[in-house]
Amino acid sequence: MGFPHPSHPKETVVLSQYFGDAEARSYDGWVKRGGYLALRKALGMDRGALIEEVKASGLRGRGGAGFPTGLKWSFMPKGDGKPHFLVCNADESEPGTFKDREIMRWTPHALIEGCAIGAYAIEAERCYIYIRGEFTEPWAVMTRAVEEAYANGVLGENACGSGKRVDITLHRGAGAYICGEETAMLNSLEGRRGNPRIKPPFPAQAGAFGLPTTVNNVETLAAVPHILNRGAAWYKGLCLGNPKSTGTKLISVCGHVARPGNYEITLGTPMKDLIYDMCGGIPNGRKLKAVIPGGSSVPILTAEEAEHCVTDYEGVVEAGSMLGSGGMIVMDDTTDMVYQIWRLARFYAHESCAQCTQCREGTGWTTRILARILAGEGKPTDYDLLLDLSKNMTGTTICVLSDSCAVPIVSGIQKFKNEFEAYISHQRKPAFALGPA
Amino acid sequence: MSQEMVTVTIDGIAVSVPKGTTIIEAAKQAGVLVPHYCYHPSLPSPAVCRMCLVEVEKAPKLMPACVTTVADGQVVHVQSERALEQRKGVLEFLLINHPLDCPICDQSGECELQDYTFQEGRSATRYTDFAKRFNPVEDFGPDILYVPNRCILCTRCVRFMDDVAQEATLNVSERGDRAFIGIAEEQRLDHPWSGNVVDLCPVGSLLSKDFLHKARVWDLDKTGSICTGCSQGCNITIEMRDEVVVRLKPRPNMDVNRHFMCDHGRMNYRWMNRGDRVEAPLVRNGSGPSGAADWDRALDAAAALIRAASGRAVILASGRASVESLGLVRKLVDSLPVTAAIKVPLGDEAPLAGVPNLALRRERVPNLDGGRLLGYTDDWDAAVEAARSADIVLVLDAELSEAEAASLDAATGKVIALSTLVADWQGRAAVVLPVTTMAEETGVYINRDLRAQRFQQAKAPPAMARPAWWAAGEILAGQGPDADAPSSAAEAFDMVTRGHPSLDGLTHDALGWAGRVVAGGAGVGA
Repeated sequence: MGFPHPSHPKETVVLSQYFGDAEARSYDGWVKRGGYLALRKALGMDRGALIEEVKASGLRGRGGAGFPTGLKWSFMPKGDGKPHFLVCNADESEPGTFKDREIMRWTPHALIEGCAIGAYAIEAERCYIYIRGEFTEPWAVMTRAVEEAYANGVLGENACGSGKRVDITLHRGAGAYICGEETAMLNSLEGRRGNPRIKPPFPAQAGAFGLPTTVNNVETLAAVPHILNRGAAWYKGLCLGNPKSTGTKLISVCGHVARPGNYEITLGTPMKDLIYDMCGGIPNGRKLKAVIPGGSSVPILTAEEAEHCVTDYEGVVEAGSMLGSGGMIVMDDTTDMVYQIWRLARFYAHESCAQCTQCREGTGWTTRILARILAGEGKPTDYDLLLDLSKNMTGTTICVLSDSCAVPIVSGIQKFKNEFEAYISHQRKPAFALGPA
Repeated sequence: MSQEMVTVTIDGIAVSVPKGTTIIEAAKQAGVLVPHYCYHPSLPSPAVCRMCLVEVEKAPKLMPACVTTVADGQVVHVQSERALEQRKGVLEFLLINHPLDCPICDQSGECELQDYTFQEGRSATRYTDFAKRFNPVEDFGPDILYVPNRCILCTRCVRFMDDVAQEATLNVSERGDRAFIGIAEEQRLDHPWSGNVVDLCPVGSLLSKDFLHKARVWDLDKTGSICTGCSQGCNITIEMRDEVVVRLKPRPNMDVNRHFMCDHGRMNYRWMNRGDRVEAPLVRNGSGPSGAADWDRALDAAAALIRAASGRAVILASGRASVESLGLVRKLVDSLPVTAAIKVPLGDEAPLAGVPNLALRRERVPNLDGGRLLGYTDDWDAAVEAARSADIVLVLDAELSEAEAASLDAATGKVIALSTLVADWQGRAAVVLPVTTMAEETGVYINRDLRAQRFQQAKAPPAMARPAWWAAGEILAGQGPDADAPSSAAEAFDMVTRGHPSLDGLTHDALGWAGRVVAGGAGVGA
């Protein structure tokens, strides 16, 4: 539901049903709406059966990678005698994405319930929810909700009277983009600098504090109670022709649309419906120019590509991009693509953790070249240079921040070269002036 | 314990290594260097410099050789076009913010950034029209400067302090290309082992103030040696410019000091350059003053004194004397009752937390245990006392305080000094023989774990100075040319070890470069 807009008929409202419903934030309000039934059910289930149920639903990670959730849970060692951890990634730092924020703001208990079920499934007695530092309101709401959950016996050493221990600890980040990368998050959680770790070992072998850990996104975990309540078959049935992409997905739409906000769609919905129907199209009589469909780290789609794109994991890949986190940035024909790409590159240059050479130096260098182009000082050789640097920055580093910086540059040059050309050939006035070199 | 072995092919060379070995180490076995910056065999690997990415057949991406372990049948290409292209890219990125100040940089000549750039980097930069990042030089500690502009953020220094010294002093501050190595507020890089960060730094970012602008490293003559700073016996290299020792560097020995040495040892070289040396034998002329003599006359005079002695002999020895010298000097007075001691200055122990059995030891001499095996004790005061009533006193390069020298008064005329440095008390000696320092001779030290280790001659001896073992050997052999006198340290060593309960059978050759633990010892590697 595109809160604060009313739900659109083309949406499939599951997770967002209570967005805007202040009463749903409280424990009593949540229980009145059917809350915590799924947790009680889960705690009575065999862990294997629980994981099978999630596997059968086809639920895939909503943080960006789209890895099957049940399969991820099944990677955790069983009965190894070590403490396990579930870490909920609520760092939501990908530019253009703001769906997890709404889940935490309006339905904190949905997340708590999902976390508790997930923790039980992977033999973890403790779940950490790592909340983005800038999320002051979600932090306050989640803090209150966790207190309520403890006060009502949902959490603790005898969760829901099941005799099983489930604890949830909230951890607040300090505002680094990279801490949304799961291994950087684990370092940050441990009190270290938020640098991504080398994989292997994967978190399921050695994660938080060196112990088996699963990291799941907020939206993924919030979907789990619905799957248990209504059955895997129901969830799997939420599908428009592609059985690999099932269920609903919150899409955060921002930019040049009449009604920006979160929209919950059944995976497989045409992107055209999303932009033109649900979001009310491009305002002021403008035309669509480009869409970044999955958060700032994915390739840019042209208007034509976006209009023919099916919004599910495979569909967006087919169109030449990725569904990612579902943060959709819509740009109309007034948008200066070079400027936008520079803004993105600058963001990555600012947020690079500085570990890997290509990322530390490459993000800064490409940003400076883009600034030079915008200032009317670009050179015809800058295309090749940017593309070559982007190649060196792709697939060569510990995490994908460097790749993410290269992606909009490469797709931007491929699809909007005329706009670069306009700056380089002085057909267009410089966007800004550079300082003295 | 037999380890499971796997066979990999690296640049066409098949090599068999224990399972769990990293590609970079396996490549070393195959004789292939994988260029790298952040990797160091004595530090944990963060795989951040991305220089060591190699092509592994069947792997879609290039793999970091420093953290990827080998698999049986794996085929690795270090010099493939893809790997080379990627290294070229890394080098270019590293250089965009690196000043081209090699002509004034101490690291120049032993700089891995310089080496790899010459080897396989671009000939010209594409980073034109932009200013390089600038940060001012920082004073990190008593002997360490940080030049952030040259830093490539390999983090070896940070990891050394965190994981090896286990005193977290350094950090990576800031992010992106603004990052630099920071130091914790109110802290100084003054850990007793902190000098190692200068060695670990692959570029000229961490510099030793002591070596600052002293010499170009390609002008240095380097000699394998043993540190004389304490009884640990760290393996080192003595580095000289034109016969002047300008720095000591650790030499890897996995069983003794890995790749490290402490700051006390590192700074303990100025005595090697001293000019106030005994340069010719001095022989007392009856009751008159000593005069310079040739070796024949001096050795005859010393031999006559020893022959004439019938009471107690006392040997006052320096802990820097080699096994060869201690052994043969001791043999000079074998027929007499002997009190022999080594002077052992003491200090505080300073361990390197992350390496087992590695510390700056309390006993600040390198060969105390060699001496013990040869009949010397560390009861210096008793030996000085015994000198008062001794019939003959041999001073083997020991430095004597005034009070200690006074104890030689009674023995005046019966003192033989084998000395490196000129000292007032030598007026009491009947014979003064000019001997070499350990830097000027070859020899063996035995460390606290009874590991016998060789050091090589680094410097030319001044004027007539000869090794103490040579002088003692000549006296033992008697007058005139004698085939029995040792003509090399190796022969002197054989004379000392032959028939010795723990040393018998040891030879210089057998000790090799890493040394050997003698019977009764239990070193790390034993």
